[in-house]
Amino acid sequence: MKASELFQNRINIITGHFGTGKTEFAVNLALSFAAEGLKTAIADLDIVNLYFRSRERRSILEDAGIRVICSSQQHEHADLPSLPADIMTLFEDRSYKVVLDLGGDPSGARVIARFLPRIQREDSRLFYVFNASRPEIATIDSAEEYLRRIEDVTGLECGGIINNTHLCEYTRAEDVLAGEEAAIRLSEKTGIPFICSVAWKRLLPTLSGNAFPLFPIEILMKKPWEVER
Amino acid sequence: MAKELWKGNEVIAEAAIRAGCDCYFGYPITPQSEVPEYMSVHMPKHGRIFVQAESEVAAINMVYGAAACGLRAMTTSSSPGISLMQEGISYIAGSRLPAVIVNCMRGGPGLGTIQPSQADYYQSTRGGGHGDYRTIVLAPSNIQELADFVQEAFDIADYYRNPVMIAVDGMIGQILEPIEWRPVKRRELPPKDWATTGKRGRKTPNLVTSLFMDPEDCDRMNQLMGENLKRIEENETRYEAIGCDDAEIILVAYGTPARIIISVLDELRTQGIKAGLFRPISLWPFPEKPLHDYVAKDNVKLVLDVEMSLGQMIDDVRLAIKGKKPVHFYGRAGGIVPTVEEIIEAAKKALKEAK
Repeated sequence: MKASELFQNRINIITGHFGTGKTEFAVNLALSFAAEGLKTAIADLDIVNLYFRSRERRSILEDAGIRVICSSQQHEHADLPSLPADIMTLFEDRSYKVVLDLGGDPSGARVIARFLPRIQREDSRLFYVFNASRPEIATIDSAEEYLRRIEDVTGLECGGIINNTHLCEYTRAEDVLAGEEAAIRLSEKTGIPFICSVAWKRLLPTLSGNAFPLFPIEILMKKPWEVER
Repeated sequence: MAKELWKGNEVIAEAAIRAGCDCYFGYPITPQSEVPEYMSVHMPKHGRIFVQAESEVAAINMVYGAAACGLRAMTTSSSPGISLMQEGISYIAGSRLPAVIVNCMRGGPGLGTIQPSQADYYQSTRGGGHGDYRTIVLAPSNIQELADFVQEAFDIADYYRNPVMIAVDGMIGQILEPIEWRPVKRRELPPKDWATTGKRGRKTPNLVTSLFMDPEDCDRMNQLMGENLKRIEENETRYEAIGCDDAEIILVAYGTPARIIISVLDELRTQGIKAGLFRPISLWPFPEKPLHDYVAKDNVKLVLDVEMSLGQMIDDVRLAIKGKKPVHFYGRAGGIVPTVEEIIEAAKKALKEAK
């Protein structure tokens, strides 16, 4: 299934607890849009996490023809809660397919609230990235509480749940599937549609035939000891 | 138990809770602010104490007070905040009290950067504050070790009545890794009969102080503390050696650089260079003898010390090796993490110079 079929809205706002792999997903989503030939932009509005942000993959994104807009642009390594003015382009220029990568908790998601009137006028949707391996949101109740807090601070209603259950390089197909089951329960409880499961490309063969859509990703944010072989 | 995905800073907090930490006092500073954040949510759920102090100076003195009352107390910070705490740590050591302090190091000096660094080796292992004390310093290099060591640290601190510091670079606080909560080594602990818990059942009240009116008394306390430090040196030295038995070059590193070097070793060995890693896990006491014994062997031509600083641990490496082999250095400062390629180049350059 093409990314643009799974994610049909023009503006895709990606949120979730830090460590769910939300940024890795956001970066891969933008790359998939671009690979389909769509005019794509990604905005990194993460003012909460410090070391692993989508701006760190700027060159990969820009090489794919994606416009990259970052918070605190002049100071990529600082934790300044500043937002760039050119983010407005993404609301005004409707030729862009947009991925907005929000900070990893309700306080990080708050930055989007100031754009609320603009977002509401656009064809947009808020997605909640879920990872059943993250202890703080591992139960359906805690995951829902977190989701509702993000809705509260952003003023946006969540329009989709994405299962990104993983254990970094130790992820097995059964981890993804167990996470999917939990994500579907979360979807049933909240009435928010379940969109897809995210899986590393190497896991796809073992996951083929899955009843729900799969969104394949490549891991682009490497830890300093992870080298290509 | 199934593995869960934890962030380093969350693990520091959760491990402390599991180890029975009664009180946490702290002040936010990047890159460890998730620790007080997690503590503020979870400590009250366990009926324990969380206080966001008005400064790091206040936080460490709150730890001092709680420890004097016999409670398990902890604080965490990052480099500039740890500098502010040094006076308090000296008082805690001088009062012979247990405490656990976590330093999530960032680039310095001064305000420096918020990126990972190891430039607090001196202030961690040399006492840091005034007086003849030392802090026991453990340096985990992955999140599983972090979970284990923070739990153990409370027992070690209680056992020796000495502050224990967990020293990690900011990377270890920020990364996420799958871990499992496994039982750690628990010690038989002496009763805290020195704690200021009131006079009930006692003729005289307990007094916890680092002040002595008579220098003879202060000398006596220092001698006792010195004997305790010797005991720590004899019993608490930890290290890991990988591929050192046949190595021509031994790389010495701790924390994140040690982790990177594991990838370096594979690459060097495929290129026909026999390289080993010696990783001090206890920075104080430094694993002097094991390092000396590995390096003294005939197969070893030289040592390459790798740090995220301008070279601080290298002093301990040189002292351990006693001039037996040349010691080379590679380091990045200010928050830059050395890459696999850079370290490979440094190792090759050092070997070339040795020829």
